[in-house]
Amino acid sequence: MSASTRMSSRLAGWLPRIVVAPSLLVVIVTVYLFILWTGVISVTSSKFVPTYDFVGLEQYVRLWATPRWHTAVANLFIFSALFLALSTGLGLLMAILLDQNIRAEGALRAIYLYPMALSFIVTGTAWKWIMNPGLGVQKVVNDLGWTDFRFDWITNPDTAIYTVVVAGVWQSSGFAMAIFLAGLRGIDNSVIKAAQIEGASLPLIYRQIIIPMLRPAMLSVIVLLSYIAIKSFDLVLALTNGGPGTATELPSTFMFSATFRRNQMGVGAASAVMMLMTVAAIIVPYLYSELRSENNG
Amino acid sequence: MAEALSQSGKARLGRLFVYGCLVVVALLYLMPLWVMVVTSLKPLDEIYGGSFIGVPKVVTLDAWRAAWSEACIGTECTGLKPYFVNSLLMVIPAVALSTGIGAINGYILTKWRFPGANFVFGLLLFGCFLPYQAILIPMARTLGLLGLAGSIPGLVAVHASYGICFTTLFFRNYFVSLPDELTKAAMVDGAGFFRIFWSVILPTSIPIIVVSCIWQFTQIWNDFLFGVSFTSGSSSPITVALNNIVNVTTGRKQYNVDMAAAMIAAIPTLVVYIVAGRYFVRGLTAGAVKG
Amino acid sequence: MSTLEIDRVRKAYGHLEVLKEVSISIGTGDFLVLLGPSGCGKSTLLNMIAGLETITGGQIRIAGKTVNDLSPKDRDIAMVFQSYALYPTMTVRQNIEFGMKIRRIAQADRDRAVKTASDLLQITHLLDRKPSQLSGGQRQRVAMGRAIVREPKLFLFDEPLSNLDAKLRVDMRTEIKRLHARLGTTIVYVTHDQIEAMTLATRVAVMKDGVVQQLDEPQAVYDRPANVYVARFVGSPAMNIVPAVLGAEGATATAVIDIARRPAARIGGISLSAEALRRYAGRKVLVGIRPENFSIATASAAPALTVDFDVVEPTGPDTLAVFQLGGVEVTARLPPRQAHAGREAALAVDTSKIVLFDSETETRID
Repeated sequence: MSASTRMSSRLAGWLPRIVVAPSLLVVIVTVYLFILWTGVISVTSSKFVPTYDFVGLEQYVRLWATPRWHTAVANLFIFSALFLALSTGLGLLMAILLDQNIRAEGALRAIYLYPMALSFIVTGTAWKWIMNPGLGVQKVVNDLGWTDFRFDWITNPDTAIYTVVVAGVWQSSGFAMAIFLAGLRGIDNSVIKAAQIEGASLPLIYRQIIIPMLRPAMLSVIVLLSYIAIKSFDLVLALTNGGPGTATELPSTFMFSATFRRNQMGVGAASAVMMLMTVAAIIVPYLYSELRSENNG
Repeated sequence: MAEALSQSGKARLGRLFVYGCLVVVALLYLMPLWVMVVTSLKPLDEIYGGSFIGVPKVVTLDAWRAAWSEACIGTECTGLKPYFVNSLLMVIPAVALSTGIGAINGYILTKWRFPGANFVFGLLLFGCFLPYQAILIPMARTLGLLGLAGSIPGLVAVHASYGICFTTLFFRNYFVSLPDELTKAAMVDGAGFFRIFWSVILPTSIPIIVVSCIWQFTQIWNDFLFGVSFTSGSSSPITVALNNIVNVTTGRKQYNVDMAAAMIAAIPTLVVYIVAGRYFVRGLTAGAVKG
Repeated sequence: MSTLEIDRVRKAYGHLEVLKEVSISIGTGDFLVLLGPSGCGKSTLLNMIAGLETITGGQIRIAGKTVNDLSPKDRDIAMVFQSYALYPTMTVRQNIEFGMKIRRIAQADRDRAVKTASDLLQITHLLDRKPSQLSGGQRQRVAMGRAIVREPKLFLFDEPLSNLDAKLRVDMRTEIKRLHARLGTTIVYVTHDQIEAMTLATRVAVMKDGVVQQLDEPQAVYDRPANVYVARFVGSPAMNIVPAVLGAEGATATAVIDIARRPAARIGGISLSAEALRRYAGRKVLVGIRPENFSIATASAAPALTVDFDVVEPTGPDTLAVFQLGGVEVTARLPPRQAHAGREAALAVDTSKIVLFDSETETRID
């Protein structure tokens, strides 16, 4: 055997690692190093540009003393809870109904899912117009004769956050449906047949057998929708631009405006770190369990 | 007999209820699209005259023309056209780069597993769920240092970098189901690392290449955060331009132009969705339900 | 010349040792079957011969040349996989040609090789089809065609028949045997099916837990299994292993076996070396009797034992009769209609075929 074949076979052994290395490097830098960098900025007094003087947790203290941030966090809770509950519920309902040997299933599924293909900016623009009290839905209903009807959530600071929920659910419930439908299709039919032979009614079968079997899909839906909720940014910007006033501020819009509009880069970085920690608390255990079960299975 | 009849009558009522629900929900989902389309086709006077949901009395493409080539974005009144081109210039290389790199990563992580390959995959996977706010500031600084700030190549680099995480996930999950014996057979046949990828693996991957391209196209085309953070003025992508048109506060609000502009921004991804919806759904559910 | 020498080969994944100093060597034209249950290391060994797994220790030589550090393509081998591993996007012709293309063989030579192989395997009419349009047996043939055109020193088969249905499996088995007879190439063949091993092999290596238990001609493995494990693994129904006490009667041995509710059976006239006879006389041993070595006692075949049949299973050509002997369940293969459940029967035993094992080490006593 010649030395060159030995060399080439050793090189062949390293080739995969050499080829994957640049991607890995890019991800390590743009994800992990940048996270670290953001973390560093969050403990400096950076304003318009990063300055690297350590000020401890001052920016975090300032962040949590900002009423606007409190509004953003409270809004995130309201928005996430409603967005998750409605999208999951609606998605599950549609998936179950679609799973009943429906004739135009393909077309209906396509209709429920098309909003997912749209930009949140487009969605926001459309719903802003629909919920416009002067010319939108409210006016249509008023013109039909119900003159007292009010649908002015978008201009009312107390209700504006719900318009974000409506548009968000419209955009994302089809996504929940798609995952639930995939889950339903994966359930062994013989289980349902066995239950039917035992005389269980269809609603009972769904409540007692099928929905519990959808637990993995449910987990995926909740995790992925939580992630969408936390990073929601463009939807709010297009729909309400955070307003009226600061009524629909979310952490994502807060971070953006603090950093790029109000020259509070340190506070912006601190809010980004808070967001990251929230996401990581949800995603990391999820990914860990997914990868683990894959290795065992 | 009567019982059997009533049974089937009840069943029919149930079916009717199911179809009823599905159709009502479908109409609700279609409503915003309908409103966008009809509004964009109406003259402004008709809109202010109170017609919101109805069919236009006069159909005109003026609003579309205005949105495409006349509407003012900031101080420039060029319409969406140049920004549409920007988005195309951004999306095509970014999709090609991230899909190509993701394919080879997926190939390595499944067919050439090395110690720590799972850890590498985990590192990439978390990138799919990164809230981008956490990297906005460093990325803006880095693009500045590289002289890519506010440029389309800069946006391509950003989208391709974070896209790798998703595309690697797609391809890895697809290649896992290809039998390892296929690679072994090719090795015995004398094919090397790249030859196996090119001649054996890639030809079997058309479906997942389509999934990856569609997903990346939709994500990058629809992106707003990176566009608004890293570009300004004439280098913006279409989503940023759309938002600027809509948020113009001077003069009488031109809702028909807003809706036409929104439609123009939506059409490329809608077309992709209609043509290849099956693959789109696969992309959506790729990370969610284990195959 | 295409010999294969496996010389004290080891394989370990960290602390887990899957092959422990395996040594096998075969000559040109041999058909070696690696036989064993899943997890015994047979496929790992085959992959190491192919160059698809690294070798932790020892040497593998093909035609006298050490191949430890050679990549698969430089080892002059061809391999047929369990799942066939046909390239799904290529036609049958392209599948067969692929390796030759990589080795830059001229088109005319490729065409000739494809023609010869496809004629031999009767797949000429399938050359322009895709693998998805083929039946299991046809895919199997294409996989073999891909291997044949390499004209390798060594053919490797990794459980090639286990994805086929029972009938096709028998047909393809014959086909492989015919192919071996015609081409005369050295073959290494991995299977867990002892019938494939018996029918195909010129040499069988029975493996368990990464150790070769016995390496011999198939009939020798069947007749003179090296230990209880091999005795039970080869042959169906398996060899009966019955505890007994050995007695010496002149130059031969007698096995005394307990039978419930009956006097103990004495099976005499078992030939044994004088040394073994001295060593084991009066001690417990295990007696191995193949089911077909029992027969119904007649005038010419004197009864050795009388038993009660529990269950009787006619298989067509013979009847399997199950009964208790020495506290274990024993099966006898008898002619049809001669055994009846619940009846007692006097049986003769062909003592020349009896194999004795040490009751502790479970290895054969000669």
